[in-house]
Amino acid sequence: MTFKLHTRRAAILAATFGAWAIATPVAAQDNMEIVVKARQGAMEILQLNLGVLGNMAKGTVPYDAEVASAAAADFAAVSGLNHAAYWPEGSDADSIEGTRALASAWADGSDFLQIFEQLETASLALADAAGNGAEALGPAIGPVGQACGSCHRAHRARAN
Amino acid sequence: MRIRTLFRSLVILGVLGAAAGWYITAPEKLGAEDLAELANATPDAARGETVFWAAGCASCHADETATGDAKLILAGGQRFETAFGTFVSPNISPNASQGIGGWDLPAFARALTLGVSPDGKHYYPAFPYTAYAKMEPSDIADLWAFMQTLPTDSAASAPHELAFPFTLRRGLGLWKLRYLSDEYVMPAPATPDGERGRYIVEALAHCSECHTPRDIGGGMLEHRWMSGAPAADGKGRIPSIIAPEFTWSVEDIAYYLETGFTPDFDSAGGHMALVVENMAMLSAEDRMAVANYVAALPSEETQ
Repeated sequence: MTFKLHTRRAAILAATFGAWAIATPVAAQDNMEIVVKARQGAMEILQLNLGVLGNMAKGTVPYDAEVASAAAADFAAVSGLNHAAYWPEGSDADSIEGTRALASAWADGSDFLQIFEQLETASLALADAAGNGAEALGPAIGPVGQACGSCHRAHRARAN
Repeated sequence: MRIRTLFRSLVILGVLGAAAGWYITAPEKLGAEDLAELANATPDAARGETVFWAAGCASCHADETATGDAKLILAGGQRFETAFGTFVSPNISPNASQGIGGWDLPAFARALTLGVSPDGKHYYPAFPYTAYAKMEPSDIADLWAFMQTLPTDSAASAPHELAFPFTLRRGLGLWKLRYLSDEYVMPAPATPDGERGRYIVEALAHCSECHTPRDIGGGMLEHRWMSGAPAADGKGRIPSIIAPEFTWSVEDIAYYLETGFTPDFDSAGGHMALVVENMAMLSAEDRMAVANYVAALPSEETQ
């Protein structure tokens, strides 16, 4: 399955990046802007692809199995990134500008990274269902929405 | 002589004024009609569960991080920072000593609809009795029946953290004279589910408590209904859900209440994510009724 390959590759990259970040904290500070932009871009990729699938589920656009499968594959790929690498300590809204990530995400006992795992699991199920018709999409999008909501509920600041 | 007479007159006026003030701020009691309706209700805990989720009891009285069944443990303890100080939600589990297990249905109804405790004290309107004042007695009876089925918790309720003069509960009698009403704010939308939608929004889900701006007394500005407001904790704004800022269709609103997804597939966060979790427990018909009410709201100009 292609997803395992993506996550393995991503894990290797992240392990490299992760080790580098620990070894050179000053450089990590300089990279904070890139890290924030990268993770916001990842969220936007999720949003765009969920839009494709959600609108098919709602019936506002006609269902297309190929388009749906491609969107779900990208959604799962981004869900499967090694997220810890893009959410380093000190990148919360109290520490830097330009992010809505709350310090609670890094608190002791936080469920932040677990929720990403929850998202990945839901996204893989969505990718499995995406080719099976519009009716299959709604029930598969539900758990994705719950994962999104779980994190945003506790760890994302208001838009203002 | 004249000064003494003047002084005496002032003292008498002062005493009369204080007595009048004491009288008009007295905590209200339920009327005979309300008590009769409560006594005649046939409580149904299953219907009460719908009321429970629509009214959002768990969102304030359960632990902030609770999910699933943990939401049914209404031990209180959530903190609400406002301009008046920090309110802490109390234990309303069926525990007899620390919760409301020792109450009866009329006491529960008096708390919800008049904002008065069983020992005759005013509640602070952080508890949204301005909405619950509009509840049907049958719903109150159903909700009470459902509340009895919930797990008990022995956590003691923590006191609010307020500064003088907000510590004087009696003053809320004046606040209620000005702001507490059991009348609806908006007409019901013209849809078949219009009455139901208005009831859910204005009497139960109390959306206006966040979405409507308030005056200096902390009461909602009803002529700017749902037009958005600064967040009570001072961090950011609650958005408007009326024209022209808000342009969602009825279907968009209903979908959002079910899934938390906005029309461009952002996902609800903060307290609104909790609201979506509550709304997801209602029927699709009830969510559509809420959506119809919101979609029919007039712009600020036409209010």
